[in-house]
Amino acid sequence: MTFRFGYTEAAVLVVSVFLVLAIVFLPGYDRPPIETVQNGFRGTAMAQIYNPRTVAATYAENQVPEIEGLPPLITAGPTAADSYQNVQVLGDLSTAQFLRLMTAITAWVSPEQGCNYCHDAQAGFADDSVYAKRVSRWMIQMTRTINNEWTDHVATGVSCYTCHRGNNVPEYVWYDDPTLADTMGMAGYRAGQNRPADAPLLASLPADPFGAHLSVVGDNDIRVQSLTALPTGNNPATIQDTELTYSLMMHMSGALGVNCTYCHNSQNWSSWAESTPQRTTAWYGIQMVKSLNSLYIVPSAVALPAHRLGPSGDPAKVNCATCHQGVYKPLFGANMTEDWPSLTAANTTTRETLLPGLGDVDASMQIGAEMKSARATPATDDAASEDAAEPAATPSETAPADDSAAPADAAPAADEAVPADDAAAPSDAAPAETAPANAAPDDSAAADTTTDTAAAPATEATDETEPATATPEADAAPADATPADNAEADTTTDTATAPATEATDETPSAAPAEDTAAETPATDSAAAPATEAADEAPPPAEAEADSATDAQPAADTADAAPPADDTDADATETTTSN
Amino acid sequence: MAPYQNIFTQVQLRTPHGEPGVHAPGDIYRRLGKPGFNYWLGKLGDAQIGPIYMGALGWASLFCGIIAIEIIGLNMWASVGWDPVEFIRQLPWLALEPPSPQYGLSFPPMAEGGWWLLAGFFLTASILLWWLRVYRRSVDLGMGTHVAWGFAAAIWLYLVLGFFRPILMGSWSEAVPFGIFPHLDWTAAFSIKYGNLFYNPFHALSIVVLYGSTLLFAMHAGTILACSRLGADREVEQIVDRGTASERAGLFWRWTMGFCATMESIHRWAWWFAALTAITGGIGILITGTLVDNWFLWAVEHDYAPSYPNVLAPAPDPAAAATATQGAAQ
Repeated sequence: MTFRFGYTEAAVLVVSVFLVLAIVFLPGYDRPPIETVQNGFRGTAMAQIYNPRTVAATYAENQVPEIEGLPPLITAGPTAADSYQNVQVLGDLSTAQFLRLMTAITAWVSPEQGCNYCHDAQAGFADDSVYAKRVSRWMIQMTRTINNEWTDHVATGVSCYTCHRGNNVPEYVWYDDPTLADTMGMAGYRAGQNRPADAPLLASLPADPFGAHLSVVGDNDIRVQSLTALPTGNNPATIQDTELTYSLMMHMSGALGVNCTYCHNSQNWSSWAESTPQRTTAWYGIQMVKSLNSLYIVPSAVALPAHRLGPSGDPAKVNCATCHQGVYKPLFGANMTEDWPSLTAANTTTRETLLPGLGDVDASMQIGAEMKSARATPATDDAASEDAAEPAATPSETAPADDSAAPADAAPAADEAVPADDAAAPSDAAPAETAPANAAPDDSAAADTTTDTAAAPATEATDETEPATATPEADAAPADATPADNAEADTTTDTATAPATEATDETPSAAPAEDTAAETPATDSAAAPATEAADEAPPPAEAEADSATDAQPAADTADAAPPADDTDADATETTTSN
Repeated sequence: MAPYQNIFTQVQLRTPHGEPGVHAPGDIYRRLGKPGFNYWLGKLGDAQIGPIYMGALGWASLFCGIIAIEIIGLNMWASVGWDPVEFIRQLPWLALEPPSPQYGLSFPPMAEGGWWLLAGFFLTASILLWWLRVYRRSVDLGMGTHVAWGFAAAIWLYLVLGFFRPILMGSWSEAVPFGIFPHLDWTAAFSIKYGNLFYNPFHALSIVVLYGSTLLFAMHAGTILACSRLGADREVEQIVDRGTASERAGLFWRWTMGFCATMESIHRWAWWFAALTAITGGIGILITGTLVDNWFLWAVEHDYAPSYPNVLAPAPDPAAAATATQGAAQ
């Protein structure tokens, strides 16, 4: 029989081509290479998966740009309160430091509108009529709160740029979406899920896990698994609760660009003993976001004009992506504490004094329709001046939560800011070969003052060593915010946060500059990938590993076959039934 | 004697009026439709389509099934505001959700799960009627009822998921939504909620026989196809009159692994593996949440789960310190 290309063959060909195209162009398909970085005991699927291309792009996008014309940091001299009128939050800074911060904030938050975004040029700099100025005081206070009180989550400090990235409103925010609520008609009940939602990364899980889990302080029903083997009746969590938690976890995974196993051992999700130190850090992160939304973001609705509020009358709220933006540490752990001491200083003002009309804090923690009435009066006053100052930004900012991930007008500003960093970035060309990972469990053991240090990115390409678990203490410089803790660190406080590449001869390293990074931190050490030789680093857990595998029962195949008598075909009488 | 064909039959037998088939007792309903032929179906199986026997059970089952599909589909459509484009676009995400936990086993408002109960009722009725139909056709044709009982194994799993277990748990909300992605998300959430279904021994048994089914299927199909050139595809005749094909197939396995199935026993193996997949799976689901709440912890208590060396620094549960932290934040 000769091969004939007929209809059947054509049909098979068409279907095959279609399937291949469908796979390739499917959302989420990632063209190889894929690199796997182990971050737990072997056989437990504890691994992070990276595509060097994606990592390189993310690395380039998440650098702190240099600010043009930024004055040097001078803390001496007359204070801002002496030099200027109506400086409520930053009055105790030196005038030079104050101007430096103002320059930076302009570049971080309103690079297009400039000073006029907050200040009315005609009324003078002391004038408070622009809402953005009043809110910015609160935001500075919030930043200081994060840097002072949430060091369990934020070791390197945050600045305005951590979230804003050159946008008036951070790109990754969320609003209460009234369209998610079921209208309760005759049919079509969705239970807040079953749609391609961004939060759970397009799963059909609940579309808004934030309202339940990132809004109100004290809500702790995120835990759904029972802590006893048998039912006790004490676990009220339902399948629906589980899906809500699941949705939030998917958001975290996407926001940080990590797998579930970055924090959890999938063998037993709820067990802290089997989780990585990053889970503790993440826990504080959830508490922090709840607190920020409750105490700072939601109450700010009283000062915001209508076009800054979502369809439910709520401000743009914070979730994990607001800071992280796809990176395990915002801006790859760039240290804001060092460069911006004014943002880590203790708050000298209270929230209540900064925003008149705030009212009872507890009441304002309730997110939703109440906020509409609360902000009704001040909004109208600001609307006129604001619309004139930023006509371009208005349409995009009023978009509902689902669309907020796609900035319309804010993008150009970010694009301008990022290229400024290109001069520094190429020397760190490592991302092509560098995959961020949870590299160093030793780090957190050594530096128990912070749980963040273990999150250094690392790529190990060697076959002989257990990746990630084998990280020697050489790079264990704790990236703690306080210099006093760095007694054992090399020279800078930043090395432990640097992406570390462990290259062997099998790995063609794209970045020769990295090779010296570990021992001699370069000038850009805050983001410098560190390379260390993995060859002589035996995994610390190897001894235990061997004993563990011994316990497995030997395969017993000898008795597998039934008695041979039954297999005698000649002796077998077949019985049939019609 | 019916003409014998299989997937490799290059000849499609066609007669002017099709193959009428044997007369069966109890055949009180006229068979529907004039036989037709389809070339492409002939590539996969028998080229003849029809006549079909519907009967009262068939019609009743079809009726109930259409009702169920209508309820599910119209609810999905309503959930996108009756937008036909969005209905198609979002179809994999859409679902008919079971009632919320607050309703327990009571009958909720139609829009909040009542439709789910109604759809479940009609779908179950349709499936059970179809089972009865399968059973009755088997008996009427003088066959055994193996197909019906295999089907019953699958129905057991279906009823456990949507009926028996929700009743034992006291809430319809424990049941599976009707939807493509949603039922998969439910499955993942179910496993997470109850401490990792991987450690449920009945789940493990189900997987063993499921994978075993595929192995047996592949071994048997490969064997028969390999001897097809010698007539091994004529299994029924081979059972009665053992010929060179079937004998060779048995010899092959005896020589390969010292043991071989018979023409009959291989099908008993396959039937039990397939049926046990659903039977053990159903048991595993039924006792999840009712008898066992966290399968991993259960497995630890029974030395069933391996423990791995803790290579990471311990991650302390910070919830205990939560009050202090939040107090400081405020």
